[in-house]
Amino acid sequence: MPEIQIEGTQLEVTDEGYLTDPSQWTENIAQHLAQETGIELTEKHFEVLKFLRDQTEAGVPLTIRRIGKSGIVSIKDFYALFPGGPLKVSSRIAGIHKPASCV
Amino acid sequence: MEQPAVSSATGTKPAPLKKVLIIVSKGTLENVYAGLVMANGALMEGMEANMFFTFFGLSAIEKDKQDHLHTATVGNPAFMPQIPTMLAGLPGFESFASFMMRKEMDKLDIPPVSEFMEMIVAGGGKLYGCKLAVDMFKLSREDFIDDLEDIITVGDMYALAAGEGTQIIFI
Repeated sequence: MPEIQIEGTQLEVTDEGYLTDPSQWTENIAQHLAQETGIELTEKHFEVLKFLRDQTEAGVPLTIRRIGKSGIVSIKDFYALFPGGPLKVSSRIAGIHKPASCV
Repeated sequence: MEQPAVSSATGTKPAPLKKVLIIVSKGTLENVYAGLVMANGALMEGMEANMFFTFFGLSAIEKDKQDHLHTATVGNPAFMPQIPTMLAGLPGFESFASFMMRKEMDKLDIPPVSEFMEMIVAGGGKLYGCKLAVDMFKLSREDFIDDLEDIITVGDMYALAAGEGTQIIFI
Protein backbone atom coordinates (compact mmCIF):
# COMPACT_ATOMS: atom_id res chain seq x y z
CA MET A 1 0.00 0.00 0.00
CA PRO A 2 1.49 3.35 -0.95
CA GLU A 3 1.94 5.99 1.71
CA ILE A 4 1.64 9.75 1.66
CA GLN A 5 2.79 12.36 4.10
CA ILE A 6 0.68 15.29 5.16
CA GLU A 7 2.13 17.76 7.65
CA GLY A 8 4.39 15.20 9.23
CA THR A 9 1.80 12.42 9.51
CA GLN A 10 2.35 9.20 7.55
CA LEU A 11 -0.90 8.03 5.98
CA GLU A 12 -1.50 4.76 4.20
CA VAL A 13 -3.61 5.07 1.07
CA THR A 14 -5.01 2.68 -1.53
CA ASP A 15 -3.69 2.69 -5.09
CA GLU A 16 -6.41 5.18 -5.96
CA GLY A 17 -5.56 7.54 -3.14
CA TYR A 18 -8.23 6.70 -0.56
CA LEU A 19 -7.24 6.62 3.13
CA THR A 20 -7.12 3.02 4.36
CA ASP A 21 -7.84 4.19 7.91
CA PRO A 22 -10.73 6.69 8.01
CA SER A 23 -10.10 7.48 11.68
CA GLN A 24 -6.84 9.21 10.78
CA TRP A 25 -8.74 11.95 8.97
CA THR A 26 -8.64 15.55 10.09
CA GLU A 27 -9.95 18.71 8.45
CA ASN A 28 -6.35 19.65 7.68
CA ILE A 29 -5.81 16.42 5.81
CA ALA A 30 -8.99 17.16 3.87
CA GLN A 31 -7.58 20.53 2.81
CA HIS A 32 -4.43 18.86 1.52
CA LEU A 33 -6.31 16.14 -0.34
CA ALA A 34 -8.60 18.77 -1.86
CA GLN A 35 -5.69 20.90 -2.98
CA GLU A 36 -4.33 17.94 -4.94
CA THR A 37 -7.56 17.97 -6.96
CA GLY A 38 -7.56 21.75 -7.27
CA ILE A 39 -10.52 22.29 -4.96
CA GLU A 40 -10.67 24.97 -2.28
CA LEU A 41 -12.78 23.73 0.62
CA THR A 42 -15.47 26.07 1.91
CA GLU A 43 -17.92 25.64 4.76
CA LYS A 44 -20.41 24.12 2.35
CA HIS A 45 -17.81 21.54 1.31
CA PHE A 46 -17.23 20.58 4.92
CA GLU A 47 -20.97 20.24 5.53
CA VAL A 48 -21.07 17.64 2.77
CA LEU A 49 -17.90 15.92 3.97
CA LYS A 50 -19.33 15.64 7.47
CA PHE A 51 -22.53 14.14 6.07
CA LEU A 52 -20.53 11.57 4.11
CA ARG A 53 -18.50 10.59 7.16
CA ASP A 54 -21.59 10.36 9.38
CA GLN A 55 -23.36 8.14 6.86
CA THR A 56 -20.34 5.88 6.51
CA GLU A 57 -20.04 5.56 10.29
CA ALA A 58 -23.71 4.64 10.51
CA GLY A 59 -23.08 1.97 7.89
CA VAL A 60 -25.40 3.56 5.34
CA PRO A 61 -24.28 2.87 1.74
CA LEU A 62 -23.61 6.08 -0.14
CA THR A 63 -25.39 6.83 -3.37
CA ILE A 64 -25.68 10.12 -5.17
CA ARG A 65 -29.44 9.83 -4.81
CA ARG A 66 -29.17 9.78 -1.03
CA ILE A 67 -26.94 12.84 -1.08
CA GLY A 68 -29.40 14.70 -3.25
CA LYS A 69 -32.20 13.85 -0.84
CA SER A 70 -30.18 14.63 2.28
CA GLY A 71 -31.21 18.26 2.34
CA ILE A 72 -27.58 19.29 2.71
CA VAL A 73 -26.89 19.84 -0.95
CA SER A 74 -28.71 19.42 -4.27
CA ILE A 75 -27.25 17.12 -6.91
CA LYS A 76 -26.50 20.07 -9.17
CA ASP A 77 -24.59 21.85 -6.38
CA PHE A 78 -22.83 18.61 -5.46
CA TYR A 79 -21.42 18.39 -8.98
CA ALA A 80 -20.36 22.04 -8.74
CA LEU A 81 -18.65 21.60 -5.35
CA PHE A 82 -16.69 18.49 -6.33
CA PRO A 83 -16.20 18.48 -10.11
CA GLY A 84 -14.98 15.44 -12.03
CA GLY A 85 -16.84 12.60 -10.41
CA PRO A 86 -18.39 14.13 -7.28
CA LEU A 87 -18.99 11.03 -5.17
CA LYS A 88 -15.51 9.66 -5.79
CA VAL A 89 -13.74 12.97 -5.26
CA SER A 90 -15.67 13.91 -2.11
CA SER A 91 -15.22 10.42 -0.62
CA ARG A 92 -11.49 10.66 -1.11
CA ILE A 93 -11.33 14.10 0.49
CA ALA A 94 -13.57 12.90 3.33
CA GLY A 95 -11.10 10.13 4.08
CA ILE A 96 -13.64 7.34 3.65
CA HIS A 97 -13.56 4.30 1.40
CA LYS A 98 -14.17 4.46 -2.32
CA PRO A 99 -17.93 4.32 -2.91
CA ALA A 100 -19.10 0.91 -4.07
CA SER A 101 -22.36 1.81 -5.71
CA CYS A 102 -23.61 1.95 -9.26
CA VAL A 103 -25.93 4.85 -8.56
CA MET B 1 -8.73 -0.96 -30.67
CA GLU B 2 -6.00 1.69 -30.56
CA GLN B 3 -6.39 4.19 -27.75
CA PRO B 4 -4.33 7.35 -27.51
CA ALA B 5 -1.67 6.63 -24.89
CA VAL B 6 -0.90 8.84 -21.91
CA SER B 7 2.52 8.72 -20.29
CA SER B 8 2.67 8.54 -16.53
CA ALA B 9 5.10 7.54 -13.81
CA THR B 10 3.82 3.97 -13.98
CA GLY B 11 4.24 3.75 -17.77
CA THR B 12 1.87 4.38 -20.65
CA LYS B 13 -1.76 3.55 -20.01
CA PRO B 14 -4.81 4.12 -22.21
CA ALA B 15 -6.49 7.52 -21.92
CA PRO B 16 -9.79 7.34 -20.03
CA LEU B 17 -13.13 7.76 -21.75
CA LYS B 18 -14.29 11.37 -21.91
CA LYS B 19 -17.80 11.22 -23.26
CA VAL B 20 -20.58 8.75 -24.00
CA LEU B 21 -23.67 8.83 -26.18
CA ILE B 22 -26.22 6.25 -25.07
CA ILE B 23 -28.94 5.35 -27.56
CA VAL B 24 -32.02 3.71 -26.04
CA SER B 25 -34.28 2.04 -28.59
CA LYS B 26 -36.33 -0.20 -26.30
CA GLY B 27 -38.98 0.57 -23.75
CA THR B 28 -38.67 -2.26 -21.26
CA LEU B 29 -37.52 -1.77 -17.67
CA GLU B 30 -34.21 -3.55 -18.03
CA ASN B 31 -33.23 -1.74 -21.21
CA VAL B 32 -34.17 1.74 -20.03
CA TYR B 33 -32.51 1.29 -16.65
CA ALA B 34 -29.36 -0.09 -18.26
CA GLY B 35 -29.15 3.17 -20.22
CA LEU B 36 -29.88 5.36 -17.21
CA VAL B 37 -27.36 3.62 -14.94
CA MET B 38 -24.69 3.91 -17.61
CA ALA B 39 -25.39 7.58 -18.28
CA ASN B 40 -25.44 8.45 -14.58
CA GLY B 41 -22.36 6.29 -14.03
CA ALA B 42 -20.48 8.19 -16.71
CA LEU B 43 -21.38 11.53 -15.12
CA MET B 44 -20.28 10.23 -11.73
CA GLU B 45 -16.89 9.39 -13.25
CA GLY B 46 -16.50 12.94 -14.50
CA MET B 47 -17.41 12.12 -18.12
CA GLU B 48 -19.93 13.87 -20.34
CA ALA B 49 -23.08 11.92 -21.19
CA ASN B 50 -25.86 12.37 -23.72
CA MET B 51 -28.88 10.11 -24.13
CA PHE B 52 -30.87 9.63 -27.33
CA PHE B 53 -34.26 7.91 -27.14
CA THR B 54 -35.77 6.33 -30.23
CA PHE B 55 -38.63 3.96 -31.12
CA PHE B 56 -39.89 2.29 -27.98
CA GLY B 57 -37.27 4.13 -25.95
CA LEU B 58 -39.53 7.17 -26.29
CA SER B 59 -41.71 5.67 -23.54
CA ALA B 60 -38.89 6.43 -21.12
CA ILE B 61 -39.22 10.16 -21.76
CA GLU B 62 -43.02 10.33 -22.03
CA LYS B 63 -44.50 12.00 -18.97
CA ASP B 64 -47.34 9.54 -18.41
CA LYS B 65 -45.44 6.36 -19.29
CA GLN B 66 -41.96 6.67 -17.84
CA ASP B 67 -42.74 5.46 -14.31
CA HIS B 68 -44.90 2.57 -15.49
CA LEU B 69 -42.54 0.63 -17.70
CA HIS B 70 -42.81 -3.14 -17.91
CA THR B 71 -40.52 -6.05 -18.47
CA ALA B 72 -41.58 -8.98 -20.66
CA THR B 73 -42.67 -12.16 -18.95
CA VAL B 74 -43.72 -13.95 -22.15
CA GLY B 75 -41.13 -14.66 -24.79
CA ASN B 76 -38.39 -13.70 -22.34
CA PRO B 77 -36.60 -16.95 -21.49
CA ALA B 78 -34.07 -15.05 -19.40
CA PHE B 79 -36.77 -14.09 -16.91
CA MET B 80 -38.07 -16.87 -14.69
CA PRO B 81 -37.38 -19.79 -17.07
CA GLN B 82 -39.31 -22.10 -14.77
CA ILE B 83 -42.61 -20.29 -15.31
CA PRO B 84 -44.57 -21.79 -18.23
CA THR B 85 -45.67 -19.33 -20.92
CA MET B 86 -49.35 -20.12 -20.29
CA LEU B 87 -48.95 -18.86 -16.73
CA ALA B 88 -46.74 -15.92 -17.58
CA GLY B 89 -49.29 -14.73 -20.13
CA LEU B 90 -52.21 -14.55 -17.69
CA PRO B 91 -53.79 -11.11 -17.34
CA GLY B 92 -52.00 -9.00 -14.76
CA PHE B 93 -48.95 -11.24 -14.51
CA GLU B 94 -46.69 -8.94 -16.51
CA SER B 95 -47.89 -5.89 -14.57
CA PHE B 96 -47.26 -7.66 -11.28
CA ALA B 97 -43.80 -8.92 -12.27
CA SER B 98 -42.85 -5.42 -13.45
CA PHE B 99 -44.12 -3.90 -10.21
CA MET B 100 -42.02 -6.37 -8.18
CA MET B 101 -38.95 -5.55 -10.26
CA ARG B 102 -39.42 -1.83 -9.65
CA LYS B 103 -39.78 -2.50 -5.92
CA GLU B 104 -36.52 -4.48 -5.85
CA MET B 105 -34.72 -1.63 -7.57
CA ASP B 106 -36.10 0.87 -5.10
CA LYS B 107 -34.64 -1.24 -2.26
CA LEU B 108 -31.22 -0.77 -3.85
CA ASP B 109 -31.81 2.99 -3.91
CA ILE B 110 -32.31 3.03 -7.67
CA PRO B 111 -34.80 5.82 -8.32
CA PRO B 112 -37.89 5.70 -10.54
CA VAL B 113 -37.21 6.72 -14.14
CA SER B 114 -38.48 10.29 -13.68
CA GLU B 115 -36.24 10.95 -10.67
CA PHE B 116 -33.29 9.19 -12.29
CA MET B 117 -33.54 11.48 -15.30
CA GLU B 118 -33.68 14.54 -13.03
CA MET B 119 -30.45 13.30 -11.42
CA ILE B 120 -28.82 12.83 -14.82
CA VAL B 121 -29.81 16.31 -15.98
CA ALA B 122 -28.65 17.80 -12.65
CA GLY B 123 -25.29 16.14 -13.27
CA GLY B 124 -24.97 17.83 -16.65
CA GLY B 125 -26.32 15.04 -18.86
CA LYS B 126 -28.62 15.89 -21.77
CA LEU B 127 -31.64 13.96 -23.03
CA TYR B 128 -32.78 13.92 -26.66
CA GLY B 129 -35.66 12.40 -28.60
CA CYS B 130 -35.60 10.97 -32.10
CA LYS B 131 -37.56 13.08 -34.59
CA LEU B 132 -38.35 10.12 -36.82
CA ALA B 133 -39.79 8.09 -33.97
CA VAL B 134 -41.72 11.05 -32.60
CA ASP B 135 -43.33 11.60 -36.01
CA MET B 136 -44.00 7.89 -36.45
CA PHE B 137 -45.79 7.56 -33.12
CA LYS B 138 -47.58 10.87 -33.76
CA LEU B 139 -46.31 12.43 -30.55
CA SER B 140 -45.53 16.05 -29.81
CA ARG B 141 -43.24 18.04 -27.51
CA GLU B 142 -45.97 18.31 -24.84
CA ASP B 143 -46.02 14.50 -24.38
CA PHE B 144 -42.43 14.56 -23.18
CA ILE B 145 -40.75 15.58 -19.93
CA ASP B 146 -39.73 19.19 -19.47
CA ASP B 147 -36.08 18.23 -19.08
CA LEU B 148 -35.92 16.92 -22.66
CA GLU B 149 -33.25 19.02 -24.35
CA ASP B 150 -34.52 18.69 -27.91
CA ILE B 151 -36.01 16.40 -30.56
CA ILE B 152 -33.36 15.86 -33.20
CA THR B 153 -32.51 13.98 -36.39
CA VAL B 154 -29.93 11.24 -36.80
CA GLY B 155 -27.33 13.68 -38.14
CA ASP B 156 -27.59 15.86 -35.05
CA MET B 157 -27.42 12.72 -32.94
CA TYR B 158 -24.02 11.87 -34.40
CA ALA B 159 -22.86 15.40 -33.62
CA LEU B 160 -23.52 14.57 -29.96
CA ALA B 161 -20.77 11.98 -30.20
CA ALA B 162 -18.16 14.34 -31.58
CA GLY B 163 -14.73 14.50 -30.00
CA GLU B 164 -11.93 12.09 -29.20
CA GLY B 165 -12.50 9.71 -26.34
CA THR B 166 -16.22 9.36 -27.10
CA GLN B 167 -18.13 6.11 -27.29
CA ILE B 168 -21.60 5.36 -28.62
CA ILE B 169 -23.56 2.68 -26.79
CA PHE B 170 -26.67 1.23 -28.38
CA ILE B 171 -29.35 -0.43 -26.27
